[in-house]
Amino acid sequence: MAEENTYKLKTWSKPPLIRAAWLRWLVLVGTLVYLFAAGRTIEVNFSRISRGLDHGVAMVSAFLQPDFTSRGSHIVVGVLESLTMTVVGTIVGIIIAVPISLGAARNISPLPIYMFCRFFLMVLRSLHVVILALLFVIMFGFGPFAGVLTIIFNGVGFIGKLLAEGIENINKKSLEAVRASGASWPQVVIYGVWPQIAARFTGLSIYRADQAFRESTVIGLVGAGGVGAVLNTALGRYDYNTGAAILIVIIVMVLIGEYVSSSLRGRLT
Amino acid sequence: MLLQINNLEKKYKNGLVALKSINLSVPEGEVMALIGPSGAGKSTFIRCINRLVEPTAGEVILDGTNICILGSRGLRSARKSIGMIFQEYALVEQLSVMENVLTGRLGYIGFWKSAWRRFHPNDIDKAVRLLERLGLKDYIDTRADRLSGGQRQRVGIARALLQNPKLLLIDEPTASLDPKTARDIMRLIVELAHEHNVAAIINIHDVTLAKAYAKRIVGLSGGEVVFDGVPQQLDDDSLTVIYGSESWSDKHQEDSPEPLHEIKE
Repeated sequence: MAEENTYKLKTWSKPPLIRAAWLRWLVLVGTLVYLFAAGRTIEVNFSRISRGLDHGVAMVSAFLQPDFTSRGSHIVVGVLESLTMTVVGTIVGIIIAVPISLGAARNISPLPIYMFCRFFLMVLRSLHVVILALLFVIMFGFGPFAGVLTIIFNGVGFIGKLLAEGIENINKKSLEAVRASGASWPQVVIYGVWPQIAARFTGLSIYRADQAFRESTVIGLVGAGGVGAVLNTALGRYDYNTGAAILIVIIVMVLIGEYVSSSLRGRLT
Repeated sequence: MLLQINNLEKKYKNGLVALKSINLSVPEGEVMALIGPSGAGKSTFIRCINRLVEPTAGEVILDGTNICILGSRGLRSARKSIGMIFQEYALVEQLSVMENVLTGRLGYIGFWKSAWRRFHPNDIDKAVRLLERLGLKDYIDTRADRLSGGQRQRVGIARALLQNPKLLLIDEPTASLDPKTARDIMRLIVELAHEHNVAAIINIHDVTLAKAYAKRIVGLSGGEVVFDGVPQQLDDDSLTVIYGSESWSDKHQEDSPEPLHEIKE
């Protein structure tokens, strides 16, 4: 009996993420204070909101009567232009991205080339697609040429980085074995690296095509051609019925693209 | 001598000395087992021979050529005559058995021929014969990741032999296999080494297997050669020198396989 009374339970509780209690509380209270202070700086103009609501109502009611016909030929031309930009931009982008991704993989490339390729990809990745489009519109004028360049370079950033990471994660024992046979660097790539990333490459390419189509509809808003340019014109003229028609077309095409892309990628594995 | 190693040393950048002045010679066609505890430097040693790991000092002379001073082209050419077999097979899993085996010929043919899989008919003939000899003729176009461990290691053996090597470097060939398959693989390696008159250095932690199949045993400990002799000379005293004190008579000293990444830079 006496023994049972002196038995002490061993205790355990999950250690906190931040060990110092004062720091833990400081982070929590600091976050709340900042949230409150930041919220107060955002000016909310209620009269503007109510006026905007009227525009909103006009748009929503226009959606109920989309007008596909009065500017139908423009819509068709815009959609075709977007598709052309997508196809050309995706394919050229992938072709440029592959060698860069090889250079940007530390396990198969020497340090200077790795640094150069990574830096290039980092710059591309830091520029949002709309900013890229703006830059190319400024450089080469309005129209689909700027749009194609935008899609190419955005694709190089996307495929280049993800493919390089795929290459860095391949089984290095197999790579060592191919190297040990006396294979040259290009042979190591086609026998050791390529088979291991081919499935990922195909998946990324299909996903990229889908993504490029979505981009091709947006970058027209800043002048880089495609159906986005037609939408911009329509909205600029307060022609909400045509605008609604274009939005519906975009939504349907993006959904189709997404469905095709994901079902193709699903079949890969 | 086929292989002559003089004062070979490997110091890693973090200051770890993996090999301290190794001297060793291997005659043509000799099958040698390299035993020693984990971290003794066995993996580093065989990788210094084909320079998958760069030695920091010393000479590796294969057939009169000092491999340590070769440029990249010369090194690739020297690697053709050194076949390598790995613990975890190191096949390219997404390639077929035949493509994996033909990888052994890459050092001999140009880029475009290898890209379009246009290998010399003699190479293909030899590959098919090897696969038949190894009991894999029904798996020629099977993807490597469909095979069992023992089958994969046979593919690894065929790949190494297709190089027409003079020397095989074999890194723990049985550590991922069950005891029965392990014996099969060791028997095959020794038989094929004799048939093709190839010398072999086999890293192996299983002392029983080493004694059963190798003609010569070299013990490595702390990066130094501490035993070199025939299997009959390997008694409890020499095992103590290699592995440290332990009662060796009751046979339960299976040490765990070496961690895979310890020798990587």
